[in-house]
Amino acid sequence: MSLSISLTVNGAVRDVTLNDARVTLLDLLRERLALPGTKKGCDRGQCGACTVLIDGRRINACLTLAATLDGAEVTTIEGLACGDMLHPVQAAFIDHDGFQCGYCTPGQIMSAVGLIAEGRAGTDPERIREGMSGNLCRCSAYHGITEAVLDATTRIAAEKARKSA
Amino acid sequence: MSDTLPYATRFGSNSGQSTSRRDGVAKVTGAATFAADNHPQGLLYAVYVPATIARGRVTHLDVAAAKAHPGVVEVMTPQNRPALAGDPDSKPFMFAFRFEALQDDTVRYANQPIALVLGETIEAATEGARLLNPQYQVMPPRVGLDAEAPYKVVVGNFGRPGETVHGDVAAGHAAAVQSVDVTYETPAQYHNAMETHAVVASWDGDQLTLDMPHQAIVMSRGVFGYYFGIPAENVLLRSPYLGGGFGSKSIANGPQVLAILAARMTGRPVKLMLRRDQMFGPVGHRGATRQRLRIGIDEAGHMTVLEHEALAATSTFDDFVENAANASQGLYAAGALRSAHEGVRIDIGTPGPMRAPGEASGSAALECAMDEMAERAGLDPLEFRLRNYAETEPGTGKPYSSKALRACYAQGAERFGWAGRPLKPRQMRDEQGMLVGWGMGTALFPAPMFAAQARATLRPDGSGLVETAAADMGQGAWTALAQIAADGLGLPLDKVEFRSGSSDLPDGGIAGGSGHTATAGTALHAAGVDAVRQLTAMAVSDPASPLFGAGNASIVARDGRLFVAEDASRSDSYADILARAGGQALVGTGSGGRAPEAAGRHAMYSHGAVFAEVKVDPDLFQIRVTRLVGAFAAGRIINPKLANSQLYGGMIWGISFALHEEARFDPRTGRIMNADFAGYHIPVNADVKGLEVITVHEDDPFVNALGIKGVGEIGITGTVGAIGNAIWHATGTRIRRFPIRIEDLLAHA
Repeated sequence: MSLSISLTVNGAVRDVTLNDARVTLLDLLRERLALPGTKKGCDRGQCGACTVLIDGRRINACLTLAATLDGAEVTTIEGLACGDMLHPVQAAFIDHDGFQCGYCTPGQIMSAVGLIAEGRAGTDPERIREGMSGNLCRCSAYHGITEAVLDATTRIAAEKARKSA
Repeated sequence: MSDTLPYATRFGSNSGQSTSRRDGVAKVTGAATFAADNHPQGLLYAVYVPATIARGRVTHLDVAAAKAHPGVVEVMTPQNRPALAGDPDSKPFMFAFRFEALQDDTVRYANQPIALVLGETIEAATEGARLLNPQYQVMPPRVGLDAEAPYKVVVGNFGRPGETVHGDVAAGHAAAVQSVDVTYETPAQYHNAMETHAVVASWDGDQLTLDMPHQAIVMSRGVFGYYFGIPAENVLLRSPYLGGGFGSKSIANGPQVLAILAARMTGRPVKLMLRRDQMFGPVGHRGATRQRLRIGIDEAGHMTVLEHEALAATSTFDDFVENAANASQGLYAAGALRSAHEGVRIDIGTPGPMRAPGEASGSAALECAMDEMAERAGLDPLEFRLRNYAETEPGTGKPYSSKALRACYAQGAERFGWAGRPLKPRQMRDEQGMLVGWGMGTALFPAPMFAAQARATLRPDGSGLVETAAADMGQGAWTALAQIAADGLGLPLDKVEFRSGSSDLPDGGIAGGSGHTATAGTALHAAGVDAVRQLTAMAVSDPASPLFGAGNASIVARDGRLFVAEDASRSDSYADILARAGGQALVGTGSGGRAPEAAGRHAMYSHGAVFAEVKVDPDLFQIRVTRLVGAFAAGRIINPKLANSQLYGGMIWGISFALHEEARFDPRTGRIMNADFAGYHIPVNADVKGLEVITVHEDDPFVNALGIKGVGEIGITGTVGAIGNAIWHATGTRIRRFPIRIEDLLAHA
């Protein structure tokens, strides 16, 4: 079996020939496209470590078959910063110590970026906690994660307001 | 990166500053390389096949079917497994546990490896593993603490005695006017670091390179050298980042050893990453316990006796009995103290050290039993603890190196608003009608040191390079150790390069026991001081130096310059001193550890007090922790921001212990029924609110030269009991089994 797909990963078009229908997006990124920033924590959609954005929507890469992604636009943790300029969520995670070991962090950050873009949580910490609860953190950096998402939400809103002014 | 928030900064040293993580940018951009992120040329993928029975023999594996699957390269079974130089059933060193590396066809517990499949892709190896379709001769498994007769533990974990007695226990019971005799149970818990155990192994002749998360990086060279019959120096282990460890990444295990063996067998690099369900078995866990506590008090509420007995599960083939009863040894001033342990051998993987081993389970039971005693005596739980405050270590009479526990009680209680708490349960409701309860517990954790070495180099340009193989599993070693090292060198942090996390560096010791910062930090600081001492000797004897003739006793190092202490106008830069001496780098060395005589003089612990508020639905019995305040005294805090994160994390582990975590075994099969994150519950973000950490100032002149204790594990202790006690206070129901669940409260409704 061989299947060719073309997808955009972090802004670059990638033409991929899949020799195996079983390849997940997570394993495609990590083992075939040299993008190991996205992490495998459970491989069955229970921990959120592999969260990436597909067409702006957050999904678990481990539950997504690569073969279904022809034409999709994928954003991973490697595609978030602009050169040395961190995305506000990345910067906020550092400022608020929103991680310890850093393993769930790419997923937490992608999830936070998605949550903020969805606009569903706003600056209500309770709703942020709910909205981030698909991402497990065994080090339990939840206190800092919530603070970081709150802060990034404010920073992004301020940036938007500045641009539209 | 701005350090905006909400941490005070201080000036004069790098230590004490809330510096953001130096590995922060790497971790938020995906650039931090964890073991399984490595991808050498010619890589093969390994998948291990776990036993699906808990006891018996493997009678058949369909190797032909697996090998016939496209992309499957090799199948390793006991029939073709190459020899290991070291016997996996031997215990040649302290941290050696017996493990399964296909030495035969027996199954000792569910999930032990029974074969290893190698494939060109993960997909092929995974399918090959499925096709093996193992057949078994099944024997009835021994499940639970009552499956077998217990045995008495004579020598416990880490060489501690199985039983410790101080004073006359019988007299203590006889003198009691009131007493409690209660039994608590704690379940099997599994570390479940977010990064499962992984390895990328490459052989070049008899040189072995391992990308593997490890908590004892240099020690691991000798371990793998032993099993593979090569000198320790032939092993290079790289572990720059661990995706969590919690004790489980310090011990060699079967799957990783098999992957290394497979790399030698095939002549190709091999990557193995455990599946999440495979974390429940071959890589250790916190064993289940049943603990009986007997406390007696006199008329003044002073404890006449504290007797703590723990029964804990271990495997049928190795010994690791959770030393839970020792939690009662260093804390309360009871007239007589006894801690004793028993083990029971059942068909499980061998337990091992898991974050606060012994202390977490023991503290959970002790702090609840203390609450029961206070209740019976009609005393406020905090007042009861204060009446039994130990001014010296109970039993031994040793002075504490420092103990700011009174301040922890006072500051924690003040912040929480403990005063005025009703003594009786079911007295408080919130505006929604939820039952509200308040509970507290004392936190205690030893402050050990191990052994570490370090090297500090002053480069010709005046910058520093410091080196030790420390392990950062999230506690912040990359940052906190660099801060300490910079102080040793008298340099600002940004002038210090820190090399760590690789076994070709000086031995940074083990990241465990909450002693890593103290141990590796002492070594790094000493190495820096050694370099500065040599530099000073050069300067004061160099006629061209403004410091010439000053005598090295009067010199201080600061900001890359040496100064005469009483005359700051006389100074010389590191770079100038080195340039005049020929422009060579200067190397200092240092070691960290604690002399036995120093260890013997004082009792050394971190202390804390945790206050919990829970709300319980009076009809549905849903339990929520709504506030948790922990006040901790842990010596000198090197980086408040990172230390707070450790303490928050520990307290959330306490929430997890109290309300969430439990591996449930099927009594018919001995298999764990909830071996994944859907069934094995740990807190999610929505479970965590209202947390506050207070670090109480504590100077400790005895614990080590830097005054550092540790913060990695203490947060769990105290917290579990505080939550259990708060649930009683809310509902009037005392649950003596963790985790406390809705159904437990419903059963008493």
